[in-house]
Parts: sequence; structure tokens; C-alpha cells
Amino acid sequence: MDPIPAASAIADAALPAHAAAPMPQRRLWRRMLGNPGLVVAALVLGLIAIMAVAAPLVAPHDPYEQSLDTRMTPPAFVDAERSDPAHLLGTDNLGRDYLSRLIYGARISLLIGFFTMLVSGVIGTVLGIAAGYFGGRTDMVVSFLVTTRLSLPVVMVALAVVAVLGGSLQVVVLVLGLLLWDRFAVVMRSATMQVRGREYITAARAIGCSVPRILWGEVLPNVLSGLVVIASYEMAQAILLEAALSFLGLGVQPPLPSWGLMVSEAKEFMLFEPWMIMLPGAAICLLVLAINLLGDGIRDITAPEGRS
Amino acid sequence: MSGAGDIVLDVQNLEVDIPTPGGMLHAVRGVSLTARRGETLCIVGESGCGKSLTSLALMGLLPAIAARRAERLSFAGEDLLRAPASRLRALRGDRMAMIFQDPMTCLNPSLTIGDQLTETFLRHGKGNRRSARDRAVALLERVGIAGAAGRLGQYPHQLSGGLRQRVVIAMALMCGPDLLLADEPTTALDATIQLGILQLLAELQREMRMALVLVTHDLGIVARIADRVAVMYAGEVVEEGSAAVVFDAPRHPYTRGLMDCIPQPGRTPPGTRLGTIPGLVPSLVGDMQGCAFRGRCPHAMPACTEPVAVRGDAEGHAWRCVLPENALERAA
Amino acid sequence: MLRFAARRLLLALAVALAVSAIAFLLLRVSGDLATTLAGEEAAPAEIERIRSLYGLDRPLVVQYGEWLLRSLSGDLGRSLFYPESVANLILDRLPNTAILAGLGLVIALLLSLPLGVVAAMWRNTWIDRTALGIAVLGQAMPSFWFALLLIFFFGLTLGWLPVSGTESLANFVMPAVALGWFSTPVLMRLTRAGMVEVLGADYIRTAHAKGLPVHVVLVKHALRNAVAPVVALASVQFGNMLSGSVVIETVFALQGIGYLAWEAISRKDFPVVQGILLVVALFYVLLTLVSDLLNAWLDPRIREG
Repeated sequence: MDPIPAASAIADAALPAHAAAPMPQRRLWRRMLGNPGLVVAALVLGLIAIMAVAAPLVAPHDPYEQSLDTRMTPPAFVDAERSDPAHLLGTDNLGRDYLSRLIYGARISLLIGFFTMLVSGVIGTVLGIAAGYFGGRTDMVVSFLVTTRLSLPVVMVALAVVAVLGGSLQVVVLVLGLLLWDRFAVVMRSATMQVRGREYITAARAIGCSVPRILWGEVLPNVLSGLVVIASYEMAQAILLEAALSFLGLGVQPPLPSWGLMVSEAKEFMLFEPWMIMLPGAAICLLVLAINLLGDGIRDITAPEGRS
Repeated sequence: MSGAGDIVLDVQNLEVDIPTPGGMLHAVRGVSLTARRGETLCIVGESGCGKSLTSLALMGLLPAIAARRAERLSFAGEDLLRAPASRLRALRGDRMAMIFQDPMTCLNPSLTIGDQLTETFLRHGKGNRRSARDRAVALLERVGIAGAAGRLGQYPHQLSGGLRQRVVIAMALMCGPDLLLADEPTTALDATIQLGILQLLAELQREMRMALVLVTHDLGIVARIADRVAVMYAGEVVEEGSAAVVFDAPRHPYTRGLMDCIPQPGRTPPGTRLGTIPGLVPSLVGDMQGCAFRGRCPHAMPACTEPVAVRGDAEGHAWRCVLPENALERAA
Repeated sequence: MLRFAARRLLLALAVALAVSAIAFLLLRVSGDLATTLAGEEAAPAEIERIRSLYGLDRPLVVQYGEWLLRSLSGDLGRSLFYPESVANLILDRLPNTAILAGLGLVIALLLSLPLGVVAAMWRNTWIDRTALGIAVLGQAMPSFWFALLLIFFFGLTLGWLPVSGTESLANFVMPAVALGWFSTPVLMRLTRAGMVEVLGADYIRTAHAKGLPVHVVLVKHALRNAVAPVVALASVQFGNMLSGSVVIETVFALQGIGYLAWEAISRKDFPVVQGILLVVALFYVLLTLVSDLLNAWLDPRIREG
């Protein structure tokens, strides 16, 4: 898989393009800039995305290059004496440059987060909109599917599947995508139910629009803001889960520099080199925090005036 | 009339300010009222005139963002402005009680009627569970609820709106208050039930010799049960006096306008068009000068832009208008 | 209430059936079990022998039916690794996980209820923002990382608590905190949202008008109404903790079913994996059912209806 389209799509989602459209767009911009959490989150996320895309240019070293005589060099801010100016954030237990591994690790997190969100988003949105629009038996079936899905322990199922099929990026994305669609379905269902009763839907039906056209042209655009918010949370969720799977050894496989894997590799040296678990953990935390804050921010600025 | 010793509630220059994005909203401005034992005072005005906020301010139940100021706010001679919160809580529900507009939402959905009734009684230390229960049953019967004892175990959703409002009234009376504030107690009810509730309130007020302050937008209610009336407009009391005098000889053009909007049996000749008051209530945001009604007043004059003093006569009739006393009298 | 309960029960049964089918199929579809059991290098004849030994050559539906019937009678098969039945293994480890999840839930509620109430009472002040900040940060932390931080500070640096094992209650403290920390943000947000809504309700104003002390208004009148969805979610969170226990138990080497699941998955001990999946999923179905009924019972409008 090519990391570039994914990362740039994330950047797009994070930083909406300039639009010449007059009032509403401009007001949206104003509200966006008036929300410091949103601005900071978008900047952080944008920065991480750019680093991920441009990893070969940004990273000071090859993330896979081992050097056994410079193993576990701490960063300067941890121990200036033992540190090596060539390795800003130190090296791991195989002497690989930590900063480079962290930068390449962002690719894995963003890739898995984005594509998992895409897979689960498509499944959940289709099910949710169908349930909300058609109601009745369709709704019952979807509710049943959601309840069944919720009854399955995500981590266990994902671990088991990865154990059988192997820990490639594709398998992780597919498994998580097939497991994380429930919230999309639930939220899209209730959003669609609200929209369905509105006059413009009745009007569209009255002039003889086909059902797919109504769903695509009328329903979807009106539930989109809710969709974006859920998508951000699910992406964050997928990133956390990938990290957990990799940490447990049944996700992304070595030598790929997944952040969860890095924590796992560092944990036996935790007592003497605690920075080795701090850095990748903090990286996950920062990325997830930025995505969640972005979701919160989008929810706040798209909420009707006066509500928060 | 009653003497000064019977004054239960005395408010001077009550102000309520609410900060809004557009500026400070002066929702209640310089309101002065007195309520006496055994007397019904009606505060009447259109929605948004500040009458509900006034009643909440009197009880100390304003929302946290609203600021209350007053020159004097005393209850049975006790200064409420300087009273600590604990003293206010001790008075509320015990000696001053309140009935709210919507009986559908002002009862707690997850507690039984009995629990909600006896709770006030027990909290204010009026007796034990048994006497609280007896009192609750007696009051429920008094407010006209059949099978009162059986109702105690029921939840609010099992009662109709009219019954719920009777429960709310009984709840307010559990401790035998000196002052009962009722904020639009019949507005949310069916027209057929309104009259019954109103009569009940009037009866109870006489029986228990309470001061009843009734907030309403309905002049029909005022005509039926008020001893005294305070007419509010745009956060101010524009006219106050005994009901008979205010109805007979209103001194403020707004009061006159209100009267002309409702048909009065025996006075409004058949076939006449009912009056309307043209224009809109002014915004209460920001500073204002002069009479708030001047924009809609048929008698407006240059003097109306200056601060208008309250004038009054010996009978306790007071009004806030610069017009000569007889200006609004009708050529009959 | 009876009708409502009957409908919920029916749904729960259907879900339980679906979940059992998934638990069964997951490990059949994802690869040839006979080959896995025999080992990659086994001779074809050996694979066939194992296939017929385990009944893997019969139609899937028959296998599923047999497995389900046996499972219902408590026979979940035998572990490929331990010389024990799967049911015994699970029963052996289940109490530890139950203690862990129970403690975790208590910790989560002890944190989230007061924080949520306080945040709702002082809405839009620094108190609210601090509580919200804790929630946002909590949601962003990977659970294993938080667990490692606990181990580093309280286990390795301060030496207050044992870092791994199952011997004493002290072993459960850090895992329970790590697990509870997880559920705190969502429970806190829900408590806050519920309290904000309830505190604005007319009946709260009525309660104040009755002169009730603040704590009575808050607990008896407000929390009672705000807490129903929290209770519902809390029991669901308990189920999530059972499944989240995989990560936490593995980090702390706590001998619960989560750790057992991780071991079994790593060793491809499929009967154990299947058994745990089934037990955890059914337990979750049961919890959802209980929480629905509990919620209905807390709300007299549903209870009496």
C-alpha cells in the first residue's frame, strides 16, 4: 500500500481547502479559528501527516539500519553524557535511530487508522442509513447485527484472526474494519431517522426521485457532519487497537516500526531506559489526542448556534 | 384594608440583569411590590415582560448567570438580601412556597407522589413520617384528588396534567406557607381545567390566610381573583393598585391597551372590534432611558424620553406615566 | 414490563446463537484446522487421520450443531496445550478476571461519577474543563502504555506494588486501576451530560423551591435521574473490561481468562480460544440483557408501562 494518498487525505480532512464561497463558508472558518482546540489539533495532525508522507526526506536515518555498537543511546535530554548528537531521540536495543523509527511509525498508524476508518465507515454508514431510512424489518436486522457485533470482544477476535492469517497491514486493517463499524451504524441510523421526516425528503419522494438518489443526494449530505465526527473517533480507536495488537505481538510484525511494537520491544529495558517506552507511547497519545480533539472541534463548530 | 403588620413580602427596586452575547439584558428594572397576608396580588403582563423572572428572583431561584439587586427584599420583616443561603433554604418550601407553570415537568419522574409530598414536610422538621403522610393525604383530598391515599405510591406519569397540578399545589402547601407564589399555574392546562385550579387556589388562599402572588398573562384570571394588580411592561411595573381601581380607571396607556384587548361582559358593546397594541416590545439589552412603552403609545410626547417618575394617589394606586390623571378616562 | 422483558430475552437468545456461530466459524474458516493441529510439516495421511479424529471431515453445520450441543452441556473440548478441559481452564481463571473487572468498574465509577457531577455543576468553569481534560487525555492513552507507566512508577520506582502475578490482592491494584481508567472517560462524559440535562429540568427547580439542601437535590433528585444511562453503560463497560482484560492481564501477567486467551492464541490452542470467545460473548449478551432490564426498572415509565 502506498502511504501517500492516505496521509494526504488525512491532511485534507484536517485542513479544509480554501473556498471562495461567501457567507456560510466564511462563518465556518471564523468559528473554526475561534476554537483553539481545533486549530491546535489540526496543526499537530497536519504536522504528523506531513512527516509521515515525507518520512524518507525528514527521517535522519534509515529506520531499519542496525548498529550494534550504539545500542540504546539515550536522547540528550535524558542523559547528555551518553547521548549521541547523530541520534536526536536516541537508538533502540538494536541501535536503530529512534526518531526515524518514530517518523516511519506515524505512517503505519495513519495508514491503518485511515483505512480501517474507511472500511468500517462504509459498512457502518450503509447499514445505518438503510436501517434509519427503511426502518421496520431492515432496522431490526441491523439492530441485531449491531448487538451481535457488540457482543464480540474486539481485542480477542482481532488477536485470533491475526494469529491465523498473519500480521500484515492488510489483515489488521480488514479485521479492525470489520469490527469497528458499530458506532457508525448506530449514529448514522439515528441521524437518518431524524432527516427522513424532513420536508425536503418528502419533496424529493414526491417528485419521483429514486431511493438511491434520495439516499445519496439528500440523506447523506445531511448526516455528513455527524459522520465526520464519528470517523475521527473511529480512526483514533483503530490506531489505539493497532498499537495494542502490535504490542501483544499479534499485529504489525517486526521489523516494521509500529509504535505499539516499539513499546513492546522497549518494555524489558523499562527499568533502566524508561524513555524508550515513553517516547512511542507519547507519540500514540499525541496522535490520538489530536484526532479526538479535531473530532470534538468539528462537532462543536457544526453544532447549531447556542448548542455545545 | 390590612395594616402594615400584615405585609408578608416587601420588595423595593428589584433589578435582574442577565448577561447575553449582545450586552447586558435588564430583564427586571426597578420593580417594587408588596404582598399582604390574606391578599391576592396578580402580576400581569405579556410574555417576556419579566414577570416570571421577578417571581423567581423573589424566591432566590434565578438561574446562576442572572444577577439580582434590590434596595429592599424582606419577607415577614426579615431581610432576605443579607440572609445566608441556609436561611433561605429554611424559608423556601416552609414559609414561602412556589408553584410552577408546567406540572408535566416540575414533578420528579422517578419519585413517587408520596415521596415528593412528604419530603418538604420532613425536611423542614414538621413531624414524623406518619404525620407527613397524614398531612399529604389530607391535602390531596383538599385539592380535590379522589382516593388520595392510593395516589401516594404512584408516579407522576400515571396522573393527568390537571391532577398533577393539584399535586403540585398540595406539595407547595405541605408546610402551610405564609406566601405562595404561583407562576402561570394554569397556562399549561386545558381551558376546562383552568377554572377549577384557579378557584381552588383562591379558596386555599382564603382558608390558609396566605399571601398569594399569582403571575399571569391572562387578564380574565386577574379579574376573577385579584385583590391587587401589578401590570408589568418591559421589565417595569407600569401600574399597580387594587384590582377594582385598576380595572375601572387605568392610568397607564399600556394597561388601557391591555383592557381593550379583551372583551368585558357588560362593558364591551356587541360588535365592537377588540383593540390591539401596535408595535413590538423593545429590546431590553443595554441602557435605556424614559418610558419603555413610548414607541407603541398613542399618547407619546417629548417628556416620555426623560426618566418617568412613579405617581400615586392615597388609595395605593400608583402608575409610571406623565399623562394627566384623567387623560385616559372614556367619554362614556 | 413483561412484554418488554420477553422481547429483550428473545433478542438476547438470537444474538447468543449468532455469536456462538461466529466463535465457531472464525477458527474454521480462517484456515484448515487439521493442518494446523497436525503441524505444517505433517504428512498428508497424518493430517487426514487428525481430520477424521476430530470430526473435521463432516459438514460444517453438523460440526457446529455438535459443538453447540456439547458446549451447552458444559463440554468445551480439551486444550491442545494444557492437559485439561477447556471448561476447567476457563473456570479456573474466571474468578481472577471477575475480581479484576469488578474492581476496575468500581474504580471507574468512583472516578467518573463524582467528576461528572462536579463538572456538570460547575459547567464551563475551570473545574469542568479540568475534568474534561482528564477524560480527553484518558481516551487518548493506549491502555498497555498506561499500564506500563503504572508499573514503572508504582512498581519499579516506588516499589509500592507488585508488578506481576496473581498471588495477592495487591497484585490486582494496578491492573484494576489501568482497566478502570479506560472506562472512566466515557462514563464521566455520560454522567456529566446526564447531570447537565437533569440540572436544567423543572423538577430540580421545584426541589430547590422546596428548600431542600443541595446534597439532597443533587443525589436524590438529580443523580437518580441522570444515572440510569450510566448504569446501563456501566454494565456494558464491565463486558468491555472482560475483553479489555486481554491487554491488561498480559501486561501484568495476571492469571485471568484474558491472559489465558493471549497465551492460547499465541500457541494456536484453538479449542481454548473458541471457549473463551464463547464465554465472554455470552457473558456480554447476558450483561446487556441485565442492563436493559435494570434500566427499564429504574425508569418507572417503562416499569409500569
